[in-house]
Amino acid sequence: MNAVLTELWPYFLMVLVGYLPNEIWRAFGLVLARGLNEDSEVVVWSRAVATAILAGVIAKLVLFPTGALGAIPLSVRIISSVVGFVVFLAAKRSVSAGVLAGEAALLIGGFLFVP
Amino acid sequence: MSAPITFSSTSAAFFAGAKTALTSVFMLVLAGTYIGIGALTHDFGLSSWWLAISTVLVWAAPAQVILITTVTTGAALFEIALAVTLSGVRLFPMVVALMPVLRGPTTRLRDLLLPTHFTAVSMWVESLRLLPAIENQWRIPFCNGLSAGYMATATVFGFVGFYLAAGLPPLLAGGLLFLTPMSFLMSTARNARMMVDKLGLVLGLVIGPLLTVLDVGLDLMWTGLIGGTLAYLVHRIREAAR
Repeated sequence: MNAVLTELWPYFLMVLVGYLPNEIWRAFGLVLARGLNEDSEVVVWSRAVATAILAGVIAKLVLFPTGALGAIPLSVRIISSVVGFVVFLAAKRSVSAGVLAGEAALLIGGFLFVP
Repeated sequence: MSAPITFSSTSAAFFAGAKTALTSVFMLVLAGTYIGIGALTHDFGLSSWWLAISTVLVWAAPAQVILITTVTTGAALFEIALAVTLSGVRLFPMVVALMPVLRGPTTRLRDLLLPTHFTAVSMWVESLRLLPAIENQWRIPFCNGLSAGYMATATVFGFVGFYLAAGLPPLLAGGLLFLTPMSFLMSTARNARMMVDKLGLVLGLVIGPLLTVLDVGLDLMWTGLIGGTLAYLVHRIREAAR
């Protein structure tokens, strides 16, 4: 019984703190579809908050990674992110070009500098 | 203006949508993002099926990344739920904007349930671009086909990333893990059209790690509230000055 519970626990958490808190916004959107528009002040503020959270997650994944990415030096990770972003901007905001450039920089840097 | 696109049946519209998904540029971005998320899932000790189910149920890459990186690390459940819900706020205005395009004179509420659940950045951008040219009655099945195509792509590449991360040498596995922050950074930057969004992005990039270094509890929540509110205040002050 305990083993089954341990196995199911991550799925339970997925529904409780993943599915429900995310899905609620879609449900609200469906119910209140006529109330608000995309430029209302509450929507602008919440989008800024959501963007900042996402940016926090991005920065933490680059600066404090776990596992295999952590074996690549911090300087290589930061420089690769900057390279990726500059190429993204230069290539008329192409996500694929930026991601590919960042990845290439990381792999080259990692290959050269991994102890 | 050309005549609206029409289909012979609901399933024809559905498959046309699915085909559109598999040949669109988002397919590549989704594949890359979910290969990264698959690697991340492996890294944090969750199973590949857990990821597949979360892709179908949660269907929002940012929420999934928050979930994956917090659920096994002993973070407070309240904080995870809060971070996920704040990351999901953007879905609300998307659904609000999409529904009028999908809704026709005979549309029932239950027909809109599936498109509502499918709402995510990829399908939203493509739906708003493509649906207006399609005859009203075929829009919902087309949209469902499009979304199902994206969701299937994401699910499959989640497995690919998971098993690649398990078998690859460390440097390449590190490269896969780097896909998530890279694709998120670029797609968030691309979606940030208004100054307030760009500022929120920059502030979050700075405040997030700062709070981590300072070992502040509920760091993601504070990153969002402080960074987002600062960005919003700057936006208000600029608006007022105009």
